[in-house]
Amino acid sequence: MDFTFTEDQLMFREAISRFLMTEAAPEKLREIWETADGRCPELRSSMATQGLTALSIPEADGGLGMGDIAWSLMTQELGYYGIPDSLADTAYVGAGLFSALDDNVAGKSDYLTKICDGELRLAIGHQCSPLVADAHLAEVLLLQHGDEVHLVSRDDIAEVVNQSIDSSRRLSQVTWQPKPETCIASGEVGAKIWHETLNRGALSVAGQLLGLAQRMLDLSVDYSVQRKQFGKAIGSFQAVKHHLADVAGKIEIAKPVLYRAACSLENNHPLADVHVSQARNFCSEAAALAARHGIQIHGAMGYTWEVDLQMFMKRSWAISNTWGDSIFHQARVQDYVLNSDVDLAPSKTFEGA
Amino acid sequence: MKLTYTPEQQSFRLEVRAWLAANVPKEKLPTYDTKAGFELHREWERKLHQAGYSMVMWPEEYGGRGCDLTDWLIFEEEYYGAGAPGRVNQNGQLLLGSTLLEFGTPAQKAQFLPRMASSDDMWAQAWSEPNAGSDMANISSKALLDCDHYILNGQKTWSTRAIYADWAFGLFRSEVGSKRHHGLSFLMVPLDAEGVTIRPIKALDGEDAFAEIFFDNVKVPVEHRIGDEGKGWHVAMATAGFERGLLLRSPARFQQPVRKLVQLYRDNKASADRDPSIGVAVAKCWSDAEAYALSAYNTVARLNSGAKIGAESSLNKVFWSELDLLIHQTAMNILGATGELLASGSLAQEHAYWLNGFLFAQAGPIYAGSNEIQRNIVAERMLGLPR
Repeated sequence: MDFTFTEDQLMFREAISRFLMTEAAPEKLREIWETADGRCPELRSSMATQGLTALSIPEADGGLGMGDIAWSLMTQELGYYGIPDSLADTAYVGAGLFSALDDNVAGKSDYLTKICDGELRLAIGHQCSPLVADAHLAEVLLLQHGDEVHLVSRDDIAEVVNQSIDSSRRLSQVTWQPKPETCIASGEVGAKIWHETLNRGALSVAGQLLGLAQRMLDLSVDYSVQRKQFGKAIGSFQAVKHHLADVAGKIEIAKPVLYRAACSLENNHPLADVHVSQARNFCSEAAALAARHGIQIHGAMGYTWEVDLQMFMKRSWAISNTWGDSIFHQARVQDYVLNSDVDLAPSKTFEGA
Repeated sequence: MKLTYTPEQQSFRLEVRAWLAANVPKEKLPTYDTKAGFELHREWERKLHQAGYSMVMWPEEYGGRGCDLTDWLIFEEEYYGAGAPGRVNQNGQLLLGSTLLEFGTPAQKAQFLPRMASSDDMWAQAWSEPNAGSDMANISSKALLDCDHYILNGQKTWSTRAIYADWAFGLFRSEVGSKRHHGLSFLMVPLDAEGVTIRPIKALDGEDAFAEIFFDNVKVPVEHRIGDEGKGWHVAMATAGFERGLLLRSPARFQQPVRKLVQLYRDNKASADRDPSIGVAVAKCWSDAEAYALSAYNTVARLNSGAKIGAESSLNKVFWSELDLLIHQTAMNILGATGELLASGSLAQEHAYWLNGFLFAQAGPIYAGSNEIQRNIVAERMLGLPR
C-alpha cells in the first residue's frame, strides 16, 4: 500500500511552486485579469517552458508521460497561486481527452504537441455546465453533443462572453451546429471519453480547491499573527486558533482522499466515479471553510477588494460548482452508499467493490 | 503510488479472517466495565494471545508477531469486521506498550510486555488528577525517592477500569518544589500495593467504568520508572501522541459501525427518508470513515519512509471523535422512539449496540485530551500561532 510520490513528482512540484511564487504574484495576476481577454500569453508560454503543460502528454508526443497522480500535486500548486483554471482545463483535462481519442483522429498528435508546447488555446464544453470557459480565446473547442465529441473551430461557433465575480474567469454561452465532419468520437467511445473527462475535470477542480484552501489558511495565519487587538496578536486568542485549526483539519483529511481518487482514475478503478466525487466533496469542504473562516479572521479587511484573500476566496466559490456541481458530486457518493447493496465492510477500502 | 496489498498481506488477512470466524464468541460478551465481563474479556485476550493475535505488531520475543503497521491495519479491519470483543487491555497494550517499546529498559520490556500481551497483567492509566485535567502539567501527586524506591502520595482520577486492573501507570511529581512539566517521573504502580485505595466512579451507563486512585505512602521500586528521573513529561507526551494518533482508534473501529449504520438505514429506508438529511448524514459517515482509513494508510506510508507523526495526531483525534458522534447520533435518529431502550428489555440487542455506542461517543471529544486542547496544539505547533 504505497501512498508515496516519486522523487520526480515531488521535485517537479517544488520547481513549479518556486516558479509560480515569483512569476504569478497576486499583483501581477490582478493586472492580467483586468485586461479584456484576462489572459497573458507570455505567462502561459513561460509555464510551458517549465514543463507544466507537458506533464501528462505522452512521451511519444514530446511530453513527460505522467498522469492523474502527478496532476493531483500540480493542481494544488495552480490553486495555491491562483492560476486561472483554464490552464488545467487545457494541459490536464484537454490533454487527457485528446489522448483518449482514437489514433486515427486527424491532428490528434499535433494537438497534443501544441498543448505540450503551450501553444494551444482550448475550451471544453461539457453538458454539466451551460457555460464554456475561455471560449473567446480558444483556437478550437471540444464540445459535447450527446455521446459525440466534436472538435470545432472558434470560427464555427457564436459566443456571448459573461463576466464572473472571479475576475479571472470568462464564461461563454456557445451556439453551434454539430456536423458529421466535426465529430471525432461517438457512441460508446464518445460516452466513455466524456465520462472520464468529467471525472478528470472534477479531480482537477478538487486539487485546485485544496491548494486554494491552503493559500487562504496561510493568508489567515499570517494576518492573525500581524493584526493586534487588546494589545496582542489576534492569533493568540483561542476562538481564532480553533477556526484555523479546523481549516487545517479539513485540509489534512482531504489530501489522502484526493490522492486515492487520482490513483483510481489513473488505474481505471471500478469505483473511480465515487472516489473522484468523494475527493471533490472533501476538497470543496476544505476550501469553503477556509474561505468562511478566512474572511472572519480578516475582519472588515477580508471584505475589501484590496486584500488578496478575495482573489482566492472568489476562485474557490466559483470553481466549486464546475465540472459537476456540488449536488452532482454529493449525489454520486450518496447513491453508492445508500442505494447499492454493497457490503461496506472495513476490509473493502481498497477493493474494487 | 500503488494502492494494492501484497500477496503476503492478502494471505495474512485471510488467515486472520478464518481464525476469527472460528473463534469469535457467538454470544456477545457482557460489558468489560463489570467484574464478570472484565474477566470474560481477559479470557478472550488469552485466547487471542495463544493464537498470536494479541499484539501483532510487537516483536515476537514480547508476545507479538513482528508485523508491520500495514498488517496491523489489516488485522484491525478483520477484527472489527468480525464483531470480535472490545480490547479490554488496550490502554496498557497500545499506550504503555508503545511507551515501553520506545523508552523501557531491556529488563522492563522483558518483565512487563509479555504479561501485557497475554493480559495476565491488566493496566489502567493514572494521569488526571482533580486539579490536573486539561492542564496536565499541574500534577501534584508526589513520588519521593527514598534509596531504591519511591514513596507515592496523592490522588489520580478518571482511571478507566482501575478497580479491576492489576497495574497503573502515570506521572508523579518526584522533584520537591518543581513546577509544571519539570520534575515529573513516569512510574508503574502495582494496584495491590499497600496504601493504594481505589474508589469506582459510575459512568453515564451506570457501570463502574472508571475510578479514583488514592496513594497513601505507597512504595514503588525505582526499577518501575520509565525514562529518566524528572523526565516523565517527555515520555508521557510520546504516549499521549500514540493515543491521539492512530493506535488507540484504528479506522476499522469506525468503519464497522458505519457498515452497520448503512444497513440500519437500508433496513429502515422508508421511515428514514421522511427526513432527507438522514441519508446525507449516513453517506457522510461512510465517506468520513473511509477518509480516516485512507489517512491511516497514508500515515503508515509516511512512517515507513522515516517521518514522525507530530501535531497531526491531534487532528486525527478531533476527526474520529466527531465522526463517532455523527455515526451514533444518526443511528439514534433512525431508531427513533426505541433508541432509548436498554438491552434488558423485549427488543433486539442490536438496539443496545447503538445506545452504548451513542453514550460512549459523548466521551470521545473529552478523553485522551479534550478537543479544545487538541485544537490549541494544532494551532500552536502546526500553524505556529502565538501562545
